[in-house]
Amino acid sequence: MKSLRHRLLFAYAMVVLAFLYIPIVVLVLYSFNASRINAQWSGFTLDWYISVFQNRYVLEALYNSLTIGLIAMVVSTILGTMTALALHRYKFRWKGAIHSLVYLPILIPEIVMGLSLLVLFSQLAIPLGKLTVIIAHISFCISFVIIIVLARLEGLGREMEEAAQDLGATPWQTFRYVTFPMISPGVMAGALMAFTLSIDDFVISFFVAGPNSTTLPLYIYGMVKRGVSPEINALSTILILFIFLVTVALVILPERFRNRMGDKKTQRQMPF
Amino acid sequence: MKAMIELQNVEKEFNGQLVIPPFSLTINEGEFFTLLGPSGCGKTTLMRMIAGLEIPTRGEILLAGSPVSKLPPYKRDVNMVFQQYALFPHMNVEENICFGLKMKKVPLHEQQKRAEEVMALTELTEYRYRQPKELSGGQQQRVAIARAIVNNPKVLLLDEPLGALDYQLRKHLQLELKKLQKDLGLTFLYVTHDQEEAITMSDRIAVMNKGHLEQMGTAHEIYHEPKTRFVATFIGENNILCQGDYCYALRPEKVNLHDPAIALEKTSTYRLYAGVVENVVFQGTIDKVFVRLREKDFDLPVLMAYQYFDDKRRWRPGEEILVGWEGPDAVKVES
Repeated sequence: MKSLRHRLLFAYAMVVLAFLYIPIVVLVLYSFNASRINAQWSGFTLDWYISVFQNRYVLEALYNSLTIGLIAMVVSTILGTMTALALHRYKFRWKGAIHSLVYLPILIPEIVMGLSLLVLFSQLAIPLGKLTVIIAHISFCISFVIIIVLARLEGLGREMEEAAQDLGATPWQTFRYVTFPMISPGVMAGALMAFTLSIDDFVISFFVAGPNSTTLPLYIYGMVKRGVSPEINALSTILILFIFLVTVALVILPERFRNRMGDKKTQRQMPF
Repeated sequence: MKAMIELQNVEKEFNGQLVIPPFSLTINEGEFFTLLGPSGCGKTTLMRMIAGLEIPTRGEILLAGSPVSKLPPYKRDVNMVFQQYALFPHMNVEENICFGLKMKKVPLHEQQKRAEEVMALTELTEYRYRQPKELSGGQQQRVAIARAIVNNPKVLLLDEPLGALDYQLRKHLQLELKKLQKDLGLTFLYVTHDQEEAITMSDRIAVMNKGHLEQMGTAHEIYHEPKTRFVATFIGENNILCQGDYCYALRPEKVNLHDPAIALEKTSTYRLYAGVVENVVFQGTIDKVFVRLREKDFDLPVLMAYQYFDDKRRWRPGEEILVGWEGPDAVKVES
């Protein structure tokens, strides 16, 4: 009886996974399809990948996505880590309120966020372009960085920092040699998370992008309007592969760090 | 004797609540001084103020004669051994030990020389490249001590450093710590709630309760001449005999048990009372004998006495008995 229950459970799990991944698998498969028409399989080819990489617009969009992603990652990681440290260390008025305000952008619908940023930029007469996309990405990435770093800090306690100060470390030395090395897995996870979120984002970018700031998701959307072509499949496959690699890094890197740090938890888990 | 630490009317409030009322204390150079008290009595707060991890609300702290209460912890010449050791998990044993020297920018060759010395002293040389998580509790504790004494502090502060270890190891390390302190000639300020630990190791003990000092003195004074009822009952076991406004503390080992059938020669200071054995509890080297007194002179219905086994006689519940003690053995205490 038990084995039947096991098999049923296994089958159920497989169905769920299939539901999640079949669309993606189909997309990846058709990116290798020799025929232009999606519905029909007529042989294996890499032509679409070659044509994607020969397309100037695609390369430009890729370049935009990467630069925006990197800048948004660096800035939001620095600001977010600093905010998390302040929230963790100090007691001040409205701390609870600020704490909740930090979480709110995660819950606010992206479309509302995009629209409000657009209104803000036009009020301030900032021309839409790379700068506005970067600002927008930073503003939603910060929240994720704060949450991830704060989780790490909370597991740390005050004792390590007190011990460092007691042994003669100035506040800066304490941060440099004790606090930062101990929260660095969290900081790194936050940075990778910010980078993926920025690369992924469509809705907010759609509102605040201007000429010369078309990101990859925006470009793909533009192409789809002219019908789904195998190039889009190829481009999407590249994007999926890229995000997949970053996610793997997101899971593995903090894990390796954690082992080095000697935490008892060896369970593999996403850092958020 | 030179005063190493002086607390002058040090007060501490947390959120407007007075945790430590004005507190004064002098600790001499080279002394093993213990703050003893139940948890929440303010002993750890007092130690943290000396380390600089808490700022006194009022009062002054002098370290070797100079005021330090405004100095941050990293500018004070004291080092602390934390209760949970607080070893840096991302550094190995040697890096942990060198941390303080590195922060103070001590030249590298001197760092190495001093680390070698301290590692030899604490028998950690063979574990120098281990991570803290790869060490046993006792070894971690030694790293915490080595990491502190390598800085040559004026005072070593120890916050219940043996609390996390098992009984046998604790017994052993008590003697080791005492020896280390004597060999180094260092001033130790030790915080514990374990009276046995305090008595074994300390030159002087300050017994604290609810933020104030109950009594200060040598282990002998604290044990044999308790000034207050709290001290009498917190350190070891005691019978508290109250007659009207006066209370006396009587150690159970000072109480003699007599068979009423055998005649006794009494001295003028010898007190004798009749009673019935109520209970006998086997405790290894002794039997604890509980005697219900016939007379209601004292505000204490049942008296506890230790019966050592070399006294041969074993008592059984229900037996008639005489309890006696020398008058001066009952020490007058404030209630």
